[in-house]
Amino acid sequence: MSKILMKGNEAVAKAAINAGCRLYFAYPITPQSELIEYMAKMMPTVNGVFLQAESEVSAINMVYGAAGCGKRVMTSSSSPGVSLKMEGISYLAGAQLPCVIINVQRGGPGLGDIQPAQGDYFQATKGGGHGDYRLIVLAPASVQEFADMASDAFDLADKYRNPVMILADGMLGQMMEPVEFKTPKTDEEIEELGRQHEDWCICPNQDGDLKHHHEINSLEIDPLVLEQHVIKLYKKYDQIEANEIRYETHNINDDNEIVVASFGTASRVVRSAVDELNAEGHSIGMVRPITVWPFPYEEIAKSIGPKVKKVYVFELNTGQMLEDVKLAVSGKVPVEFWGKVGGIVFTPAEIKEKLQACF
Amino acid sequence: MEVIAKRPQSLTAVPFTYCPGCMHGVAHRLIAEAIDEQGLINKMTGVAPVGCAVFAYKFFNFDMAQAAHGRAPAVATGMKRARPDMHVFTYQGDGDLAAIGTAEIVHAANRGEHISVFFVNNAIYGMTGGQMAPTTLPDMKTTTSPYGRKVDDIGYPIRICELLDTLVAPYYIERVSLLSPADIVKAKRAVQKAIQYNKEERGFTFVEFVSTCPTNWGLDPAKAQVWAKENMLPFFKPGLFRDKGAEVKS
Repeated sequence: MSKILMKGNEAVAKAAINAGCRLYFAYPITPQSELIEYMAKMMPTVNGVFLQAESEVSAINMVYGAAGCGKRVMTSSSSPGVSLKMEGISYLAGAQLPCVIINVQRGGPGLGDIQPAQGDYFQATKGGGHGDYRLIVLAPASVQEFADMASDAFDLADKYRNPVMILADGMLGQMMEPVEFKTPKTDEEIEELGRQHEDWCICPNQDGDLKHHHEINSLEIDPLVLEQHVIKLYKKYDQIEANEIRYETHNINDDNEIVVASFGTASRVVRSAVDELNAEGHSIGMVRPITVWPFPYEEIAKSIGPKVKKVYVFELNTGQMLEDVKLAVSGKVPVEFWGKVGGIVFTPAEIKEKLQACF
Repeated sequence: MEVIAKRPQSLTAVPFTYCPGCMHGVAHRLIAEAIDEQGLINKMTGVAPVGCAVFAYKFFNFDMAQAAHGRAPAVATGMKRARPDMHVFTYQGDGDLAAIGTAEIVHAANRGEHISVFFVNNAIYGMTGGQMAPTTLPDMKTTTSPYGRKVDDIGYPIRICELLDTLVAPYYIERVSLLSPADIVKAKRAVQKAIQYNKEERGFTFVEFVSTCPTNWGLDPAKAQVWAKENMLPFFKPGLFRDKGAEVKS
């Protein structure tokens, strides 16, 4: 299939439709507006549902209703809007409902600004909503990967009956790159995907022995029952950690003097600087977590070779993934951090300067 | 022996969790009977609220969802859009629908969402222990208005039927009372109409039940009915606000 030059926001929307998403509920917010606009335009052409909700809160609860019916459903927003969705995300996790949520991050806190940032890492990976739960969180670093993650996210959501977040940022949302799309799922394939959930989801009933009473619910008033429910969720999260860690390494070898860790848009810039320094005769390895939950703790630990003096973390925030990298490194070598905030993306020259100072 | 009264098919055998004298059980029964009468049990689904009726998902005998506080109309919207072949209702109290869920109910009604909403108004938050609701009457004492609801400070009660009646899309809006056997018979007719219109995919249908909360009002059930008749009905007047299905009278 030929490549199409597309903005990240539109590419992920197109890929979601290709992956069988036929219900989309959202509320406008910059810098993800092209996503909701693409869905408004394209959903009717595939007999899908596009609905602009009255708020982010309503949009995520519409997702809850549609996911409760076992259908592939998605919402998208940007940082302040994702905060509003957090109530619903907690309920979705509690009721074990599969769905996809896209966060095209912008600067914060509060209203912040509308430029690319990575300040929602904690919110995405450490909770955000109330209670003990985990989201599967995928962090793309290119428009192609952003688009590819749509189908991966729906498959993971269906496989584990869990909400999945794609944690992008304003740069990936707005940037145009050539993208190759997968073959769209047929109506029959989409029907089949819905049928896999018929043992628990809301669906038409039958008389007699086949009658069911499915409950889409996160309430367990008896503490002993809730305890069992939360333990069951944690066993599921253990499975996800065992099976679904995704990461990428670049130039990791025993000669590495420094290992850098970075995710998403930030990692693109960092990689340019790393390549330039390696061409100049240094040996710098790089790890890029693709799932930021589950986080590749062991994989980062294994990437630290015998000559590594330092692990350097670069993010577009004040040091959030840094905490997970420190847990992974576990005191073996010093971990340093540098980031930019306010929606300002660092340049390769700035990263290069920081790394050169280590030699 | 001839059976002359039995549990509707649309209710499970799970015992209700409501206080003695509470009217939720009556409201549930009216809805369940109407679903049975329309032969909808296998295509019906509903959304339970947060509040005293939170366990409604256990009481109705078909697939049910439980929603976050006030969000039932949004959840029902997602369900109806995902399964247009099914019929969806929400069951909500006054704290849920008229306070924290105001945006959701107004916009679901404004879209003319093909769902039925059953709204129980007893002027108080029941489950959390008798706090002031958006429907609490002027000067009425609750645990969070211990000196009485001061309208200069917190405003007047909200009349939801009247508010929704300003919108173009709703198909059917009626306020009924559960305060006497005769009123319950009238309420049944409103519920029947809402469920029938739901079956026929006519649009958004809304029935408000003026009800009681003997426990949190500190009254026995009989006195609670009298109090509600004397105090609630003058402010929340029963009546038909909208019926697009009725023939136009000359």
